[in-house]
Formats: sequence, C-alpha cells, structure tokens
Amino acid sequence: MAKMFLSGNEAFAYGIRLARPQVISAYPITPQTIVVEKLSEMVEDGSLKSEFIHVESEHSALSCAIGASSVGARAFTATSSQGLLYMAECLTYASGGRFPIVMMNANRSTALPWNIYGDQRDSLSQIDCGWIQAYAENAQEALDLALMSYYIAEHKAVSTPFMANLDGFVLTHTYEVVDVPTAEQADAFLPKFETENKLDLNNPRNLAFSAGPEHNTAFKYKEHIGLLNAKKAVDEAEEKFTEIFGRRYTGLTESYRTEDADYILITLGSIAGLVRETVDRLRKQGKKVGLLRIRYMRPFPNEEIAEAVKNAKAAAVLEKDISFGNEGTVYTNVNSALHKSNVNVPTSNYIGGLGGKNISADDIEKIFDELSEERAKVQFIGIGGDGK
Amino acid sequence: MTEILWHGRGGQGAFTAARLLGAAFALKCDESYALAFPSFGPERRGAPIRAFTKLDNKPIGNRSEVERADFSIFLDDTLFSNAAFGELKDGGKILLNTKKSVDDERVITLDADKIAAEILKLPITNTIMLGAFAAVFDRISLDDIENAIRLNMPEKLHAKNIAAVKKAAEEVNP
Repeated sequence: MAKMFLSGNEAFAYGIRLARPQVISAYPITPQTIVVEKLSEMVEDGSLKSEFIHVESEHSALSCAIGASSVGARAFTATSSQGLLYMAECLTYASGGRFPIVMMNANRSTALPWNIYGDQRDSLSQIDCGWIQAYAENAQEALDLALMSYYIAEHKAVSTPFMANLDGFVLTHTYEVVDVPTAEQADAFLPKFETENKLDLNNPRNLAFSAGPEHNTAFKYKEHIGLLNAKKAVDEAEEKFTEIFGRRYTGLTESYRTEDADYILITLGSIAGLVRETVDRLRKQGKKVGLLRIRYMRPFPNEEIAEAVKNAKAAAVLEKDISFGNEGTVYTNVNSALHKSNVNVPTSNYIGGLGGKNISADDIEKIFDELSEERAKVQFIGIGGDGK
Repeated sequence: MTEILWHGRGGQGAFTAARLLGAAFALKCDESYALAFPSFGPERRGAPIRAFTKLDNKPIGNRSEVERADFSIFLDDTLFSNAAFGELKDGGKILLNTKKSVDDERVITLDADKIAAEILKLPITNTIMLGAFAAVFDRISLDDIENAIRLNMPEKLHAKNIAAVKKAAEEVNP
C-alpha cells in the first residue's frame, strides 16, 4: 500500500482503477467532474485499460453502462444532482435488469434555487429505484467502497446496481491522507465479473424483456430479495476486505459509543466525523451520548438501528434532505425501523446542510442538548434569510 | 489541532499551498493527519479566495471552514486589513507578503514578490509563503516541504520552487 494525499473524488477514482471496469461512460457535472477527469487520465496514460466513452448526457451515460453490463462487462459511471435526476428513467432499467453497475454520486443539492453545493436531496429522492445505496464518511472509505461495491453488486445472490455517495465538496474536494492498495491486493480481493445475465451467442437468452400482470410481481419480488441479500454480501465483502487490507468496516451501520448512551444522534455521510468529535467532547463532560452512522440506506439497516437505539432515552436524525410536505426521508425510515421492533424511544428530526450550508460543532452540541427536552418533531437548522 | 487560513487571489496558488502543506505534514509519519480544501465555489482569476489546512496527530472529523486560525497567511497584501486579527486564535500569527513593515508583533512580513521575481521569474508566491511558514512552525521541516513539492508538483517546477522555499525560510528565520 502507498500513502497518498488525495481528494474524495481522486480516492474514488483510484479505487475504481483497482477494480478494472471494462467500460466507463460518464458526463461531467460539478462536483463529480474530477473523478471522471482522473479516470480519463488513467485511461489515457495506460494505467487503466478500459473503454472510456464520452456521452452527451447522463441519460446516455447510464444507458451506455447498461448496454456494457448486458454483454457481461464491468461498467462504471458517475454523476450528481440534476444529472442523477436526468438519468432517473434509466435507474430502474439497471436495477430491474439486474445489471450490477457501479455509480459514484457526488451528493449535491437539487434545483431550484440552482446550487452546486452539497446536500443529499439528490440520492435520497431516488431511494426507491432498486439500487444499493452507500454513504462514505471520508476519502479512505470512498476508495474502499469503490472496490467493495463491485464485490457486493456482482455477488451471485445480489446482482443489483450500486450507488456510492460522497458528500459534494466537503468530501469530493477535500484532500486527506489515503492508503492506496496495490493492484495485486485488489486482484486478490475482487474476483473477475462473471454472469449468466448477458447476451451470449453460445447461450442465447432474453434480457430486458416485458412482463405483464401475471409475472411482474415475481420479478419485483426477486429484485427485492436481491437487494435484501446485499446485507450478507456487505458482511462477506468486509470480512474478506479486512483479511487482505487490514481495515475493518462494520456493515450497514457504524455505532460509536452507543452501548450505554442516553441520547443518540443518527446521521450519514461526512458530517459523522464532526458528530464523533462532539460525542467525545460531551462524554468528557459526563454526558452519555453516542453516534449511529448509517452506511447503507438500501438495504436499510432496520435491525441494527433498533438494536442501537432500544435502550436510549431519545434519538435524533440529522440529515441533509427534506421530503417536502412530510419530514426527512432518513427520519421516516428510522421511525419505521424502531416501530417494527417495538422500540418506543422518542425521536426528532433535524434538517441541516441544505445547499451546502455549514453544520457546526455548536449545531451538533445543541441537538444533543435539545434531545433531553420536548421539542418540535421536525426542525431546520440555521434557516437564515427571511425564513428566520 | 493547528489551523491555517490561506488568503490569495484566484491564480496565485493559495489552494496549491494549502494542499502541499497538508501533504507534507500527513505523509511524514503514521501519526500525522491533515485536511486541505479551498473555499468552495466558482473560481475566477483575481478574485479573493481562501484555502484551509488543518493539521493534527489524530484523524480530523471537522470539515468546516477554519473560523479562527493559528496561522493566517496572505499571499497578497491588498487582501490584508485589521479584520484579519479577528480571525486569529489567541497567540496566532499572520504571515504577510508585503514590502511594507507592519508594527504588530503578531505579524511576520516577508517580501515574497522579490524572491519570486529573482528565483521563479514569475509573480507567484505560494510556495515561498509555504517556506516562510515552515520556518516559524516547528512541526514541519524544509525537507517535508521539499518532499511534498517533489510528490505533488510537475518535475520542471521542482528545482526553482525548492530554492524559493529555502530562500524564504532563511529570510524569515536567518
């Protein structure tokens, strides 16, 4: 392994190079652009042998990846924000067709108002499209996810596309130290992509077909089971990953000082780093607080969340997202998880970081303080402007 | 944690300096960590920009912009005003590229433009101010900076920038 000082985008590109996709099709959009530029440089200098296809739109980028995957090629694409929304039609073609494509999404706000900065409205609005969804906290996890994503997506029991999410700018454009594995290590970890779900002259079969009312439910049920199976594939991938690379990951969630915590903050993505530091600071003051980081939004960690929260006095969900007219999407999912396990712990929802607004250490400390009080269920952090 | 705030204008290389410093610190041993990032947004040549480097001996979770710095480094003195002191921690220092003298013990001045003209033959002062920083910050050596330049800059720029870094360090800390 070699230590390098890389941005989140660059780290992800190094991870993808180690996974050796045979086809990369992408259209640039801020803040995803650098991952695509870096991969095109790697193809140009010969360090990555891959067909790099410049397409004219995000809709074409994913269509192209679907075509590549349908002949058995390992395919990669990347996008962000409006680009993800523009390719939305193709998302269900990829998942319903069971094509294990990997896509990096640089989390960015959605228009209007137009805004290039980070929040998670883009990917969370597509939570139901049948893709595995993971959220990285830092550049090292981004690189490691790039490698593990193919292992999980291509797993025989899964065969489902994988969306790896990196917070725009605060993760994609921030430089930090990253261990970059060797090609030999990566090859020992990631098997070659082999699938029967492809167009093959020697074994002709029908792909991407129609299914009427009689058979449609069976296909959707199998798609659902495939996504649920990703949970075991994540565990399997992480176990093998630790054997080869030494670094350890903790499945669909990561618990930090939750065992004896009275108050737990549940969040996802790069803000977890600041929450962890805040937990340490408050623990020194004798406050029993903890962090539960959601690493995967699909498959959703129902049992893990219920288990971590069940003995707490209260829990809050902090997310960079709002489902207009209701509440944060993560909050809805978390409450469902608790309800199904009969965990009756009061919860509240904090909507923050929209359009790249900074979430400070003070904001997080305030959430922990408020958890012990009766509060409005859903509230926004630092609205500003005329909204007060 | 040591927090460094870089001030420059688009095209002067403030973010490159922030990144070189982060790399120089983080790659020297396993117990050193750094984050480096620019103020995010559209970039325009000549417009004021900020960049940030955070250095620590443990992983850094706070990705927010630096609000109060241990060191505030100005590549361009037209960006410097008394407001700069409001962004300093107690005991913090300002490194200022200027031909003027500033009567304040918190400010260390250096005529980086002159060194740039002599050695680089270009009005670019980012690595020069990085050399000045290495001279006043004891947890980073000129060798660390030299190593970061070799690893992160195009080869044709190595010799001149390393010479400029050394010259700056000598002038600040003779």
